[in-house]
Amino acid sequence: MRDELSRSGKGQAMEEYNFAYLDEQTKRMIRRALLKGMAVPGYQVPFASREMPMPYGWGTGGVQVSAAVMVPEDCFKVIDQGADDTTNAVSIRRFFERTAGVAVTERTGEATVIQTRHRIPEQPLEEGQILVYQVPIPEPLRFLEPSEVETRKMHALEEYGLMHVKLYEDIARHGEISTSYAYPVKVEGRYVMDPSPIPKFDNPKLRMAAIQLFGAGREQRIYALPPWCEVVSLDFEDYPFQASRADHDCDLCGAEGSYLDEVITDDAGGRMFVCSDTDFCAGRRDAGHLGRLGATEDVA
Amino acid sequence: MYVAVKGGEKAIDNAHDWLAEERRGAPDVAELSVAQIREQLALAVNRVMTEGSLYDPDLAALAIKQARGDLIEAIFLIRAYRTTLPRFGYSVPVETGEMACDRRISATFKDVPGGQVLGPTFDYTHRLLDFALEAEGLERSAPEAAEAEAHPVMPRVTEFLNKEGLIQHEPRPAVESVPGDLTREPLQLPADRALRLQALSRGDEGFVLSMAYSTQRGYAKNHPFVGELRIGSVAVEMEIPELGFAVEMGEVVLTECETVNQFTGSRTEPPQFTRGYGLTFGQTERKAISMALVDRAMRWQELGEDDKGAPAQDEEFVLYHCDNIQATGFLEHIKLPHYVDFQSELELVRRLRREAEASGQAARQEAAE
Amino acid sequence: MAMAADALTGGFTDAPRQSARAFRAALEAMARPGSVHPLTDLAQAPDPVSPAAATLLLVLCDPETPVFLAGAHDCAAVRDWITFHTGAPLAPAAEATFALGPWQALMPLSAYAPGTPEYPDRSATLIVDGDFAGQPVTLSGPGIETTTHAVLPDIAALQANAAGFPLGLDFYFTSGAELMALPRSTRIASAEES
Repeated sequence: MRDELSRSGKGQAMEEYNFAYLDEQTKRMIRRALLKGMAVPGYQVPFASREMPMPYGWGTGGVQVSAAVMVPEDCFKVIDQGADDTTNAVSIRRFFERTAGVAVTERTGEATVIQTRHRIPEQPLEEGQILVYQVPIPEPLRFLEPSEVETRKMHALEEYGLMHVKLYEDIARHGEISTSYAYPVKVEGRYVMDPSPIPKFDNPKLRMAAIQLFGAGREQRIYALPPWCEVVSLDFEDYPFQASRADHDCDLCGAEGSYLDEVITDDAGGRMFVCSDTDFCAGRRDAGHLGRLGATEDVA
Repeated sequence: MYVAVKGGEKAIDNAHDWLAEERRGAPDVAELSVAQIREQLALAVNRVMTEGSLYDPDLAALAIKQARGDLIEAIFLIRAYRTTLPRFGYSVPVETGEMACDRRISATFKDVPGGQVLGPTFDYTHRLLDFALEAEGLERSAPEAAEAEAHPVMPRVTEFLNKEGLIQHEPRPAVESVPGDLTREPLQLPADRALRLQALSRGDEGFVLSMAYSTQRGYAKNHPFVGELRIGSVAVEMEIPELGFAVEMGEVVLTECETVNQFTGSRTEPPQFTRGYGLTFGQTERKAISMALVDRAMRWQELGEDDKGAPAQDEEFVLYHCDNIQATGFLEHIKLPHYVDFQSELELVRRLRREAEASGQAARQEAAE
Repeated sequence: MAMAADALTGGFTDAPRQSARAFRAALEAMARPGSVHPLTDLAQAPDPVSPAAATLLLVLCDPETPVFLAGAHDCAAVRDWITFHTGAPLAPAAEATFALGPWQALMPLSAYAPGTPEYPDRSATLIVDGDFAGQPVTLSGPGIETTTHAVLPDIAALQANAAGFPLGLDFYFTSGAELMALPRSTRIASAEES
């Protein structure tokens, strides 16, 4: 009975653990870090990440941030790669159903807290919503400088020459900047920030009405973007930033401007392109939009 | 036809059921009890306690059972459990000089007051498979214990050198500061020695072993001798502010290793012996010795030695990579779907190839003309 | 005896859920500088601490956060209440993670830690409790789509604080059951100028 209730999201949470799993002292520590992160947008606040019951690298930072901001009245959505039903998204959604007893949804518009890995939903988020990112490597300079002591100094001195050199070398070699995801941004003209491994297609959405929180569990960092924060993708005057986009429409819903997954359909080179944001795609099909294969496909 | 990674919920349930079945193994073989693991796989239990940072043999044994013998998975279970426990305070430093030793050896002296006690060790066994163990139910006779003097006083070996002023003096800090806690505060560099030791003690046995081994092979060589290795139980006491004195909370079995390392002196320090230190839960001596060597290697700055650029000298490298729970999580997360990022890479590579091909064709055409 | 009783009451009855709701309001406030947020789950501390300020203390303070009390807020009843409910040590301004008091008593801002270039998060948060003589201002910056209006005390001091970004202090202004936040990132112009 308990189990059934909690599956519906309206029942009580597991009694063996605190609301939203974390103990209150841990939540306070994370909450303080979140407020400082909010006050200094794009700056990585160190926090004493706890060992969570899921592995590091699987969203422990995002889970801790979600647990710290969650209220009993929340409606929670989790996406991985834009999809609600990928296995890790399911696992994290269940975790909060069980430990916080919150309602869950797959609909972007209904959710008050959305935890994401690698995507920003297509539907614009609104005031009152919070987007929580899972972040593997929060330091945008890490692959240029492996030492934390050094990169912290670079941020302190606003010394970002190394990053520009890297981007410039890209242009020299490939004729364009060859970073296609986790594309670095500058926040409010001060901190260079890693937007987590979202495709650069999503970068323009980073200036939004909702609160954005970033949690890196293994690396013990939290950072944040307040609503409407100025977020600029790094580029050069003669090589302006361009958000990538596939040369296709969604084969299921016909959407023209959404980020697409390429699905291999047979071993003869057949493939289809479908929205990576499963809720966005389903919503459009419900509203009667059909793509090239939308009418014939049995979409489970 | 279009399935991708759908039906996540059902897939997860099925996988968990299957896992439970595999854990049990063939039903006609008797199930392992937690007590059996605790008693008969004690060295595995000790490792899980040490790297899990939780002294509880029963829980460690349970974790090993649940993890199907995968010790890193078991350590993970213990860590995840530990993190939900409230922290009430910290103990007063345990007095390992008063340890009731089951094993105590020194490699630097032929004999020492209190004697060399071999204890239950694999050392000097011949590593020949003992097929007698395969036949279950054979009771072995208990060894004849030298009961007379069960636990004689065993003063610390390095103290003999200290009295002569031959070994680096480790003064107690004038003001006892509150010890740092890696599990409650984010690691910040440079870390003090107490935090480094904490990280090494929790660190992966294999990683710490390899780092220690690398110092023996010449990467920041520090010529260690095992000054003393002791294993036994010590009392854990905690100050109770309301009482104004320390109260014994219980006993733990520890392995302590102090290495004596050669040192020819530096710009700041006279020639003397120096120290490395290892302390771990239970009988875990490979780990404790490894820890002592790596500890010594990381003390190069304090002793005014040169930075030889060796991995074991690099505190940031060692501390950020020694934790097997962090490492295994991040390593294994590449099993998660990454198709969104891969798609953007795919498009980029296709475009770059198209462009390269086009410019190649143009060049060929030019050459032909 | 009455003081002791005061010190023991006024906490949350269901801390995990009540502090979650209160924090969410505090987060929204910090994310949207200048906007006023009512708190639904209130704690009650001895006078002169407002319910909103008492709630913030419960949500954010614990033995790891030294607290500085200023002016009338620095009284035995409030000290006892904070010690009992949060375990936070009381500390001088320079060491405080949080400071609580009326605006005038909290001055000067230079008394508090603004963080360091490598760790700008190691800065104090001031909870300015109760009414103050204010001036209308126009705010812009992170959290504000275009501009917004608010009333703040001592514009010059707050502008100087903002000019030190990314170092600086962050503020909550509390009154009754409501709070408003002003992070160091907010740009402040007097309403007449804009």
